[in-house]
Amino acid sequence: MTTPASAERLPVLLSPGPSGGAAAARFGGRFAAPITYAVLGLLNIFVFGLHSHGDATFSFTPEFAKVTVPNLSLAAAATCYVCGALSLALAAVRTLDVLGVVRLSRVWRRVIVGVVLFLFIIALCAWADGGQSIAFNVVNLLSGTLNVSIPIMLGALTGVICSRSGVINIAIEGQLLLGAFCAAIATSVTGSLWLGLFCGALAGSLVAILLALFAIAYRVDQVVLGVVLNTLILGLTGYLYNAIMVPYGNTINNPNTFNLYKIPLLGDIPIIGPVFFDSTVFLYITYLVLAGVQIGLSRTRWGLRTRAVGEHPVAADTVGIRVLAYRYRNVILAGLIAGIGGAYFTIGSVGSFGPDMSSGEGYIALAAMIFGRYTPFGAIGAALLFGFTTQLQSILSSINVPIQSNLLLLTPYVVTIIVVAGLVGKVRGPKAEGVPYVKS
Amino acid sequence: MTTPPPATEPAATPPPAAEKDGQGSSHRSFGEILRQAIQENTVTVTVLALLSATIIGGLLTAFTNSTVLSAWGNFFSAPGNAIGQAWDVAFGTYWALFEGSIFNPHTVSALFQQASISAAIHDGFLSAVFNPLSETAVQATPLILTGLAVALPYQAGLFNIGGQSQFIGGAIMAAWLGYAYNMPFFVHVVVCVLGAFAGGAALGWLAGEIKARTGAHEVIVTIMLNYVMLYFLAYLLTSHSLLQAPGGSNAITLPITSNAHLPLLAGTHLRINAGFLIALAAALAVWWLLNRTTIGFEFRSIGANASASRVAGMNVERNWTLVMTIAGGLAGLAAASVILGTDFTLNPQSYGTYGIDAITVALLGLGRPGGVVAAGLLFGALHAGSPGMQTATGTPVQIVQVIQALIVLFVAAPPLVRTIYRLRASRARGVSTSMSKGWNA
Repeated sequence: MTTPASAERLPVLLSPGPSGGAAAARFGGRFAAPITYAVLGLLNIFVFGLHSHGDATFSFTPEFAKVTVPNLSLAAAATCYVCGALSLALAAVRTLDVLGVVRLSRVWRRVIVGVVLFLFIIALCAWADGGQSIAFNVVNLLSGTLNVSIPIMLGALTGVICSRSGVINIAIEGQLLLGAFCAAIATSVTGSLWLGLFCGALAGSLVAILLALFAIAYRVDQVVLGVVLNTLILGLTGYLYNAIMVPYGNTINNPNTFNLYKIPLLGDIPIIGPVFFDSTVFLYITYLVLAGVQIGLSRTRWGLRTRAVGEHPVAADTVGIRVLAYRYRNVILAGLIAGIGGAYFTIGSVGSFGPDMSSGEGYIALAAMIFGRYTPFGAIGAALLFGFTTQLQSILSSINVPIQSNLLLLTPYVVTIIVVAGLVGKVRGPKAEGVPYVKS
Repeated sequence: MTTPPPATEPAATPPPAAEKDGQGSSHRSFGEILRQAIQENTVTVTVLALLSATIIGGLLTAFTNSTVLSAWGNFFSAPGNAIGQAWDVAFGTYWALFEGSIFNPHTVSALFQQASISAAIHDGFLSAVFNPLSETAVQATPLILTGLAVALPYQAGLFNIGGQSQFIGGAIMAAWLGYAYNMPFFVHVVVCVLGAFAGGAALGWLAGEIKARTGAHEVIVTIMLNYVMLYFLAYLLTSHSLLQAPGGSNAITLPITSNAHLPLLAGTHLRINAGFLIALAAALAVWWLLNRTTIGFEFRSIGANASASRVAGMNVERNWTLVMTIAGGLAGLAAASVILGTDFTLNPQSYGTYGIDAITVALLGLGRPGGVVAAGLLFGALHAGSPGMQTATGTPVQIVQVIQALIVLFVAAPPLVRTIYRLRASRARGVSTSMSKGWNA
């Protein structure tokens, strides 16, 4: 009964009291951060610390690595106490900041958030591995996190581009699913992984074309449209799976998967190498896309115009930017990215298509985009948070930790609700997002 | 100012267009009304959308069938055969759907082959004739109720994707009250139904309250709540101290007691039960609420123009919370109809795809209670007929989901349908164009 406490106590912060007016909400908003830190600190001490025993061993080396890093062995309970104490100290500092005694810059506030979360995870892992004979492999946790997050990261970047152009894209889920489906077929039939990847990307942009056509030309409500497109793709791939993939599975649903490719030199760095530079091509594509979207949106003419189209299309139109053309092009290009993310399911990890194999990760990507405040790096960070809980859950269940995996899995969703509810700072989307542009 | 979508311009004054049409029509000649019905009414668009989706669905079934594909391989030597094969497969699929959902002629011939009518009735042959219709009603019940749970907030300008979470909330309450307590016959089922309503309403209230207090977009909140409830249900069903049936490792509750079953309506051979009546009553209640009460007027007014309603003195936030609470309760009733009407137990698959199906039902029903009932019956018929169709023709059941999505896609884009069928542009608009205002509205 550890995570339920954190999962259920947090929503309490949502309602600032029955009669809560704006003042109460602001009060709750101001103290939400220090209270949360203090709660996490107390959890570290009283839940993890008091229930820990033995030593926790952390290992930093993947199997069969050339360069090895010695394992780190810590007394579990003591680690939890130290983490808890540090969190409480940071909560105190943040309280002083809220009261105006100390002035912290935004950077420092963010660092504190990161450190508190980090301490919480250390305490959780120490508690989980305390007294266990198997070492807790940190590298597996981190590299697994990166890999399971790939579709979410790529989907979230797609969402960022679409939203910044003024189009709500809820069809990310459908793009992932159709990308996975088409990549599986193309790879199986042609035998070429790269052709499969290409077809997956095209499939993603095919959904994007439908989205763009209905949203921009026919001005259908974009939220409704996205949900309906997802239903359509879910039904279509499920239908085609049963109609043609089950009977002819060997020829059209039997793709290879990309091998791991270790980047020379970088991949041999201890800890960092195996985590970041020893993966399939999908992770490297993600790096490139992230860099491209970040630089593109913030440093290029295309980015400036895209943001203008998403914020204030009338002004953009007045200075001669072709609003609709920009929206069409961006939505369709962004579809390619989600298609690649979908291809990861079939030709990056599993090796065959299954019905509904994206299992809602497109919706998670959407949440990650909003969580990340519509910025590329924010979206990636949020996507990694979702991937991290999934991976942590699978590792904890593999070392037989008495933790309710379902409750662990639901925490990121609760956190997302808290974030969109504005307690961690108001998230504001592009002004014209979801509003069809009609030239007057 | 950003450009307002064209649909919102006449919406500033509350009584929405639907009502105006009904009142104004009495002055015009019959021919005029008929012409308007064909040219401008959304009914035409809806019918044409159904037609288009049926055609595309038929093509899809035909051209994924191996017999048809091999016949088309020889198209130039035997074109008639190729087209005939394609027609046979598509028609066969739809005929099997019809037999499974409306009427199957074989059951009638089986009825008259019996020695005496009374024996035939006793052996269930008469029930077999009505079984397709009964199944349609059973399948339509949760669709109508969850469809109302989407349609009602839609009238108030909210898009409720949280049907799934609210359904699970209701299902947990219905199942728990159903197996953990023993009450007299009628009382127990009423308590369970009310409990399901409350369970769903709690989830709806949560989404509405978050939206009202913080302005967080209800779509994101409800999607997240869907996942929260999905994992929460899995947690409850895997904990022996909570809902999981003792002594087993399956994620399932104990069966609910027979006193908590919804009463059957037409004998023991047919599954149609009181849940269907609840659904119809709920539709009527929603219609009454929307069209005959002050609360309903405020809902529609806020849906038409929230800022104008606020200026007019309505408490927009409180209405958002209220409408989501009622909607959640309706989804909870849908859970009651499934748990207490057909499944009699709760497992991690109980929520099915009702959350998503509900959206298609509400959109096809144009967000109106009567439309939702009609759309729910149509999709209920598709669901009821699909298992038999898969057995008879080998066409996978997912074709139903494809057809459903296609119908709604066409319904949501009236200009597309008008372009395809060369209808004249009109003032009547589809349900969704009036909602295009984005996250920040």
